[in-house]
Amino acid sequence: MTDHPHGKRILAVCSSGGHWMQMRRLLPALSGHRLALASVHPEDAGEVHQADTYVIRDASRWEPGGVLVVAWQIAGVLWRVRPEIIVSTGAAPGLFALALGKLTGARTAWIDSLANVERVSLSGRLARPFADLYLTQWEHLARPEGPAYEGRVL
Amino acid sequence: MIFVTVGTQLPFDRLVCAVDAWAAGRGREDVFAQIGSTSYRPTHIHWHERLTPRAFRAYAEAADAIVAHAGIGAVLTAIELARPLIVLPRRADLGEHRNDHQLATARQLEHYSGIYVVRDPRELYEWLDGAGRLARPEGTDHGPHERLLRRLRDFVEG
Repeated sequence: MTDHPHGKRILAVCSSGGHWMQMRRLLPALSGHRLALASVHPEDAGEVHQADTYVIRDASRWEPGGVLVVAWQIAGVLWRVRPEIIVSTGAAPGLFALALGKLTGARTAWIDSLANVERVSLSGRLARPFADLYLTQWEHLARPEGPAYEGRVL
Repeated sequence: MIFVTVGTQLPFDRLVCAVDAWAAGRGREDVFAQIGSTSYRPTHIHWHERLTPRAFRAYAEAADAIVAHAGIGAVLTAIELARPLIVLPRRADLGEHRNDHQLATARQLEHYSGIYVVRDPRELYEWLDGAGRLARPEGTDHGPHERLLRRLRDFVEG
């Protein structure tokens, strides 16, 4: 954990590539707290110097074996980090983190990827019941029942 | 210098071939490409399958223009570094992507200055020939970004 003894324990979870680049642009909102980051490529996570980082497997194709592995890895990260808050920009690893995190009483935030222009992503739709804050980055996708639009990373 | 990137998830032979053919035809030796799992092996451009984030950023920063699929990572990099971005969206019907997200992304990108969307690889040539003179993405309105940061900060501290 980062050295902010009075900050909240926050776990940021994202897949690789675009999901990670969007999370990077959200990190200023998480400064001053005790940040841990779970992402798919260790070299991406290494750019964030002040966070504990965990490497998880991608599950971009929803193969049953891969899905179980990443769910198990996320459970392990949650066990070690015990976050008070979980934030994800997607995709499947974030869904598992929010769902499992809710069981432990964490507060959760889902920010659907900028790539999902015409419809909220599948993992986002599945994450909805587990998200305290549920956002899309496209105004035309906002709905009264969620997701809400509250800006975007770009 | 031209920097080409296609992401790491799926091959994008159509784009890599076109840029290689352009470099051959123009006698260019200053094209660098991150080709991911593309099976085509270029003969006139320097290429790597993967790049570390640091190397990726270094190439992008040094480039006159970036040529890419319509991936959010490529788009954010080009805008953050204010480099002109020439985009060829991946198409699901050609097996280049699992869905048509990139076509939808490209429709939104057409409105941005400094981003040039092409539908056909042959259209790339015109933009590549003028790469040194393309307008850069301008400083975009930071309002939406700041709004999202404030919302997330409120959530965290609330």
